[in-house]
Amino acid sequence: MIMAKPKPIEEIINEIKGFDKILVAGCNGCVAVCEAGGLKEVEILASALRMYFGNQHKNMQIDEVSLTRQCDKEYLAEIKDRIGSYDAVVSIACGAGVQFMTEMYNTKRIYPGVNTCFIGVTEEKGVWTERCQACGECILARTGGICPIARCSKRILNGPCGGSSNGKCEIDKDVPCGWQLIYERLKELGELKRFEEPVSPKDWATSRDGGPRKLVKEDSQI
Amino acid sequence: MSTTTPSKLEKILAAGHFAVTSECGPPRSCDQSIVDEKARLVGPYVDVINVTDNQTAVVRMCSLASCIRIKQLGFEPVLQMTTRDRNRIGLQSDLLGAGAFGINNVLCLTGDHQRFGDHPTAANVFDLDSTQLIQTVKRMRDEGKLLGGQEMAEGVRPQLFIGAAENPFADPFEIRVLRLAKKVAAGAQFIQTQCIYNMEKFKLWMQQIVDRGLNEKVSILAGITPMKSVGMAKYMKAKVPGMDVPDEIIKRLQGVPKDKVAAEGVTMAVEQIQELKECPGVRGFHIMAIEWEVMVPEIVERAGLSPRPEVS
Repeated sequence: MIMAKPKPIEEIINEIKGFDKILVAGCNGCVAVCEAGGLKEVEILASALRMYFGNQHKNMQIDEVSLTRQCDKEYLAEIKDRIGSYDAVVSIACGAGVQFMTEMYNTKRIYPGVNTCFIGVTEEKGVWTERCQACGECILARTGGICPIARCSKRILNGPCGGSSNGKCEIDKDVPCGWQLIYERLKELGELKRFEEPVSPKDWATSRDGGPRKLVKEDSQI
Repeated sequence: MSTTTPSKLEKILAAGHFAVTSECGPPRSCDQSIVDEKARLVGPYVDVINVTDNQTAVVRMCSLASCIRIKQLGFEPVLQMTTRDRNRIGLQSDLLGAGAFGINNVLCLTGDHQRFGDHPTAANVFDLDSTQLIQTVKRMRDEGKLLGGQEMAEGVRPQLFIGAAENPFADPFEIRVLRLAKKVAAGAQFIQTQCIYNMEKFKLWMQQIVDRGLNEKVSILAGITPMKSVGMAKYMKAKVPGMDVPDEIIKRLQGVPKDKVAAEGVTMAVEQIQELKECPGVRGFHIMAIEWEVMVPEIVERAGLSPRPEVS
């Protein structure tokens, strides 16, 4: 899922301090799982903002809402009747949610309350790590189910590079070398042959390098 | 042995001589005199001079411009190219430029991550990796084709002797030879290794190369870097990615008076070369005297590698 982390509260305060009525809008999708943008985080952020502006003796109304998802119009429509009364919204959905809310309510200012980070997994309680860069052409079948684009700091397809040491990446002793993981996995699977064949340059046109992407599934269209 | 390019390095190796290469790091300014000085200092003692490409991700004068300058001074350069900073468009464009100026050697590298350099907030590229850059150069040279399929007529293709780097000391050790084989399959003709300090491990790596017959397909040039101080040895052991500096090296440097440490470092480099001349598969030496190019002539002479043979 998409991982995010809360923005420093000073940054949010700086954006909204000129207003009188703010809606903090959460998303119960991915960002709720990584404890950055769900119902609980809406309550925490709204309380912190109320406390700050209260201490500043500023009369600021801060309300809360948590939507099922912010990346679907039907859920965004749930605030259709009330959004008009706010000066601005702090959305703690991912960047896609913030933008989609902006598109739907384009007379309102919608500010991001989180930094959207990556597509990843919950490795353990409170720890999330990256697994996928959405390159648009999955090669996991050839790399033992471990992605060199997401897991190698240089996204190289013929790794590991010369900086791999004790199974760790040259950029940080806490980052596993993606190619060491791939090698070990291919060895386990008895597929080292795949490792020995040079992999040709990748077509990055399906990645962000091809420009903003769009998917159309015709049989789903009405 | 027949040669594929006009490269002097290729001719030296084809004639069966030990090759001697060195390198020159361009300045962090437009001061061309620094490249000139380094080239004039090491040029007469080596066959070719590598020019680093923003090494350790620190911005420096570009490798191609420096290579052209070295060529103009009458020495033969090796264009180092990393895939960190340019995509396939930029890389191929520079390869064409190199070909136009008669540069005949290229060393294909992935490059250090920018986190180590002076611009850690930069985006990186890595459109290709080093193996794919080798494939690209080979295709341009042998098939006269760019990656996009555009064709070049014979006579206007880059004539580059293709090199790659390999670190026998990176992990996992058992795949270093497999990875070298992959680079050879992609088209690498010479290999310059990481600085060698752990001789035992290097020889083990070399033995595997010989066992697989890879030394028949690619010329291995052993990387030699003299230690200038105890501090340098400790720094390399602790901080430089993929470097293997055994404690005995540090102990030996610590065992001589402070004013003799640098001389001891040079002696150790000379001894290493002598020892590696006997190591099956080693075809030459890549002497990287980091910011200490002044010592290259002495090392080459004391190692019995001077004067350099003439080839035509």
